[in-house]
Amino acid sequence: MERTNTLSIQQSRDNDFIREVEEASGQTVSKCYQCGNCMASCVYTFAYDYPVTQIMRLTQLGQRDTVLGSSSIWLCANCQACTTRCPQNIDVAQVMETLRVMSRKANTVSQRDIRVFYDEFLRSVKTFGRVFETGLLPVYNLRTKRPFTDFDLAPRLMWKGKLSFLPARIKKRKKIAQIFEVIKRDRFSKDGKARPEPLSSQTDI
Amino acid sequence: MKRVAYYKGCSLEGLAVEYDRSTRIVCEAFGIELVEIPDWNCCGSTPAHSYDPLLSAALAGRNLAIAADNGCDMVMTPCPGCLKSLKGAQETCEDPQQRKAFVDLVGKDVDGLKTVSLLQLLYEEVGAEALQKAVQRPLTGHVLIPYYGCLLTRPAQKARFDDPENPISMDRLIEATGATAPDFPYKTECCGATYGVTRNDFVGRLGGRILDMAARLGGEAIVVACPLCQQNLDMRQKQINKYYKSAFNLPVPYISQIIGLALGIDPKVLGLNKLCVSPRVLLEDRTQPDQEAQRVGAAVKPGPNQPGGIAGGESIQPS
Amino acid sequence: MRIGVFVCNCGTNIAGTVDTKRVASEALSFADVVYATNYMYTCSEPGQQEIQRAIGEHGLQGVVVAACSPRMHEPTFRRAVEKAGLNRYMFEMANIREHVSWIGNDREANTQKAIDLVRMAVAKLRFNNPLFSSKMPVNKRLLVIGGGVAGIQAALDCADGGMDVVMVERKQYIGGKMAKLDKTFPTIDCSSCILGPKMVDVSQKENITLYAASEIESISGYIGNFTVQIRKKATYVNWEACTGCGLCTEKCPSKKAADYFNEGLGAARAINIPFPQAIPKKAAIDAQFCRQLNGKKCGVCAKVCPVQAVDFEMKDSIVTEQVGAIIVATGYDLFDHSAYGEYGAGRYPDVISGIQYERILSASGPYGGHIRRPSDGKEPKDIVFISCVGSRDASVGRPYCSGICCMYIAKQAILTRDHLPESNSYVFYMDIRSPGKNYDEFVRRAQEEYGVQYIRGRVGKIYPRGDRMVVQGADTLLGVQVEVEADLVVLATGVESSAGAGELAEKLRISYDQYGFYMESHPKLRPVETNTAGVYLAGACQGPKDIPSSVAQGSAAASKVQSLFAHDTIETNPQVALVNERTCISCGKCIQVCPFGAIQWKELRGGIKKAEVLPTVCQGCGVCNATCPPKAIQLQHATDNQILAEVNELCA
Ligand SMILES: Cc1cc2nc3c(=O)[nH]c(=O)nc-3n(C[C@H](O)[C@H](O)[C@H](O)COP(=O)(O)OP(=O)(O)OC[C@H]3O[C@@H](n4cnc5c(N)ncnc54)[C@H](O)[C@@H]3O)c2cc1C
Ligand code: SF4
Ligand code: SF4
Ligand code: SF4
Ligand code: SF4
Repeated sequence: MERTNTLSIQQSRDNDFIREVEEASGQTVSKCYQCGNCMASCVYTFAYDYPVTQIMRLTQLGQRDTVLGSSSIWLCANCQACTTRCPQNIDVAQVMETLRVMSRKANTVSQRDIRVFYDEFLRSVKTFGRVFETGLLPVYNLRTKRPFTDFDLAPRLMWKGKLSFLPARIKKRKKIAQIFEVIKRDRFSKDGKARPEPLSSQTDI
Repeated sequence: MKRVAYYKGCSLEGLAVEYDRSTRIVCEAFGIELVEIPDWNCCGSTPAHSYDPLLSAALAGRNLAIAADNGCDMVMTPCPGCLKSLKGAQETCEDPQQRKAFVDLVGKDVDGLKTVSLLQLLYEEVGAEALQKAVQRPLTGHVLIPYYGCLLTRPAQKARFDDPENPISMDRLIEATGATAPDFPYKTECCGATYGVTRNDFVGRLGGRILDMAARLGGEAIVVACPLCQQNLDMRQKQINKYYKSAFNLPVPYISQIIGLALGIDPKVLGLNKLCVSPRVLLEDRTQPDQEAQRVGAAVKPGPNQPGGIAGGESIQPS
Repeated sequence: MRIGVFVCNCGTNIAGTVDTKRVASEALSFADVVYATNYMYTCSEPGQQEIQRAIGEHGLQGVVVAACSPRMHEPTFRRAVEKAGLNRYMFEMANIREHVSWIGNDREANTQKAIDLVRMAVAKLRFNNPLFSSKMPVNKRLLVIGGGVAGIQAALDCADGGMDVVMVERKQYIGGKMAKLDKTFPTIDCSSCILGPKMVDVSQKENITLYAASEIESISGYIGNFTVQIRKKATYVNWEACTGCGLCTEKCPSKKAADYFNEGLGAARAINIPFPQAIPKKAAIDAQFCRQLNGKKCGVCAKVCPVQAVDFEMKDSIVTEQVGAIIVATGYDLFDHSAYGEYGAGRYPDVISGIQYERILSASGPYGGHIRRPSDGKEPKDIVFISCVGSRDASVGRPYCSGICCMYIAKQAILTRDHLPESNSYVFYMDIRSPGKNYDEFVRRAQEEYGVQYIRGRVGKIYPRGDRMVVQGADTLLGVQVEVEADLVVLATGVESSAGAGELAEKLRISYDQYGFYMESHPKLRPVETNTAGVYLAGACQGPKDIPSSVAQGSAAASKVQSLFAHDTIETNPQVALVNERTCISCGKCIQVCPFGAIQWKELRGGIKKAEVLPTVCQGCGVCNATCPPKAIQLQHATDNQILAEVNELCA
């Protein structure tokens, strides 16, 4: 996301956004007093476009587009360091998680490759009931046009007998697929506000 | 015999087979019966909860429901990521606003189940003292770094196990084997495993930091309790070395493998040969400091605790 | 009874949402009301004169004022009616501001409610009786609990005014935290140079009796007449004899006793005088570390003591003192930073607290005033200070600001630069709170003249790397994560209430907040009084405070005591319980329930026992009144009849 150095507070504050985040995460974002402990503790701060403290601040100011389009929310590993150390007892990781879900719904995921990886992961779960690690990687590589990711690991893993070439399938695959379908059907009806996700098979599971 | 439902998780079927194997052996050695959840499915991990929390809860919840159907009141998973999903499912089920949706998807509620990690099971149900008594092949003289990873004890309100900043359960278990466990400041720092595939430079940076601190403290190996940490630090150690411009050569065994070793179980049976970085150094007998270090693996006689006929035991390739 | 009603507009405060004119005209229809009016500011001088004029003109026998909360102005109006010749208890107040106009906007509903409240007040007043207080002599001796700078100031002020003072200090020495400080902000004057002479004064003033190593066992009585039991703890040294020569300490073989005065940085002997300037300068044995007292053979100190002061058989003893007023000055304690796992939970020797650093800076401290770090005695080059550790942190249950640490960090950073000109100091802060006179200038000086690097952000983690500590924090102004490698880390641990504050409060019957700080009677207008008459507060026991404020409160409390002691007698409060002996059935229930022990048996002729209230002990809580089966015991000015009259009006 491009950084802007000016902000018209009244024009850009989206109060619905603040409310949606608070409702979905169960956290009160106004409790954040910007101490910086979360960004001090987050080992991914180096990679974020907005350190997690600033994500909290931007959320307090209702900056929906900046927050949902940030790289930070998709680079967060949900490691819980921020939550563990927040002096205000805010479950910061939960806020980040909520923002990820919202950004998926709003179709503003900034990190395409991560999304592709997650999509393929879920597709594998939906199809087989379990993740097929060996099958997942090539599809991901293909879709992100990075054919050689982790190529170096393959021979060794094969030698160690850790790569399987047949997916493990569970018996009740239908049940799993059904869970996916119900969730997919209902996930927008809960708030109705979010922009609907394009349902092309390229970007959905 | 304590009966515990076993949720193995996808990793332990693939890249972490040795974790599965050593977990089963060690639990059996201490009289814990693991009942693998029949027809279990993937918990959905991070991709599921960033898609919709209810998806994650339903996927994980189905496994809990099966465990309950099988008459278990405790579910153990060796993977902290899976544990997080299982606990998330319980939380969703207990939340009055989501309970109905959850039960509709899963088919029943999952109240009253206790979900634990392997580490918690070993620490609380077996305990350091019992382990110490059972040791056949003390690891005295070895320096093993306890690395818990970011999810095992955090966040504290949900994990409800050990300390979120300075956990000690694995330290105590390592010490019970006779080995030394230094005060490792990165015990709970994230290793970057989530980005193994998508952001290799993260792994280099974060994994490198952890390997570096372990090496500074004189560690011979980093002991883990998470399949993702293990793969990240072991399988990717070469990638890390390249990024970090280092030459670390630290084996990364699972805590179950270390305990198994101390119990006198054949290293191959424990799948130590499946590790990418050779754990040979761990097999040196240092109990008599004056004697020349010797390879012990073959010399160790199976102790009374060693279970016989572990499936797959024969098919192990030399490391 | 002829009653007058005065409805106050309070400017627009009340008249804004209450039709005061209508309230007054309605009041005229109530039984016994012969006069009613509304007035702009009833509490003003002309307002009071209006009441007095009406009393005379209309022959009023009782007055109702409908205005604000009685907390502030009931005494004002009572004095006013008294001046016009009425008994002060022939007055009632209806609160139509806090209870009506400030909490509702509906003019009609407000007016109706105001009318109801006035009707209730009138109904009660019709059952009022004149009440008269009696006089009691005041014991002009003062008890000061706690010998920190606040308590010392209060004691000296009162002693200077010629009063007898008893000081009880639980430690072996007086001076409190200030005795441990090196220099003090904002003037950097030496703490012991300014405190030392005051401590000496305490020991030398003839009218101050000091009980060190002592605690309050129990307190009974009331303003003007308290009885206090003091537990003198066994020090195993007879202080009458001990000359403070220190020979015993020199020879004591138990060399690893806890060094409380140096905050654990040094080691003390089992028998010691905590510091050279200690008042009283007397030795005491720490029983935990003494060999003799733990069944081993020793007794060296007893042998070397030239005046045979050591007494291993000593036991705690209780003394009783009579006083007329009490100043509580028990100060504060410091947050234990082992709650912070991310800062090492106290297991890294080079991560220390601010008070430990004071001891390091102090010339009489464990390192003789040379800055060295505890782990290896090396001189530190990079020193990191971290503010708000155990303050403003809800996750450790301390959401409040400790108020002093921003300033003492700046002071310590300046002093560090003075001691070690080559060193670098870094301060991690969330906000800088420096609102005192010359305080902000002081903090600016630390940055501008002493080159202290201030970094705005909290620290997430501290851990060792090699022989240094890594401080991983944030600079939120830049939006970056920062790392500082430090030789020494000083945590500005926050202020918490002093250990045992709650138990002492219960003995004193004063209230305290959820964090254990004592409650003042009014946060603005009665800052050193408590709600228990005759008990006053000074210093950090009431809330975090620096030395100037603690001293100011010490003097303020002293002046309150002096104005109390300026009277030879005090008036008792007649709003106490009273037994009707004819209806009392001698069940004794009131005696059981009275929380203040104010009721006792009285033997009538013929051996019949009846309950009797000691009016000076009764606090007027009314528990007995509610308990008494035949309603023989009645709380004056809140009798059953008076309360029922109000309720009846409300339900009418
Ligand atoms: C590191 C540090 C540096 C500081 N530097 C400065 C500075 O430079 N300038 C400044 O203005 N302020 C400074 N302060 C603040 C200063 O210490 C306090 O303002 C001051 O000590 C408060 O005085 P006090 O008498 O209220 O409390 P205390 O000093 O705490 O004294 C209370 C006394 O009461 C005794 N006591 C407690 N309970 C009982 C009991 N139940 N019975 C009998 N006795 C009891 C205690 O033993 C103690 O002697 C600093 C504080 C710290 C922590
Ligand atoms: S949970 Fe996310 S934001 Fe929080 S510390 Fe971990 S990676 Fe950073
Ligand atoms: S740690 Fe908590 S209070 Fe501090 S900046 Fe982060 S979210 Fe806000
Ligand atoms: S008797 Fe106790 S205090 Fe005296 S010298 Fe021996 S150890 Fe020290
Ligand atoms: S005075 Fe400063 S350091 Fe202390 S609690 Fe308040 S803000 Fe924090």
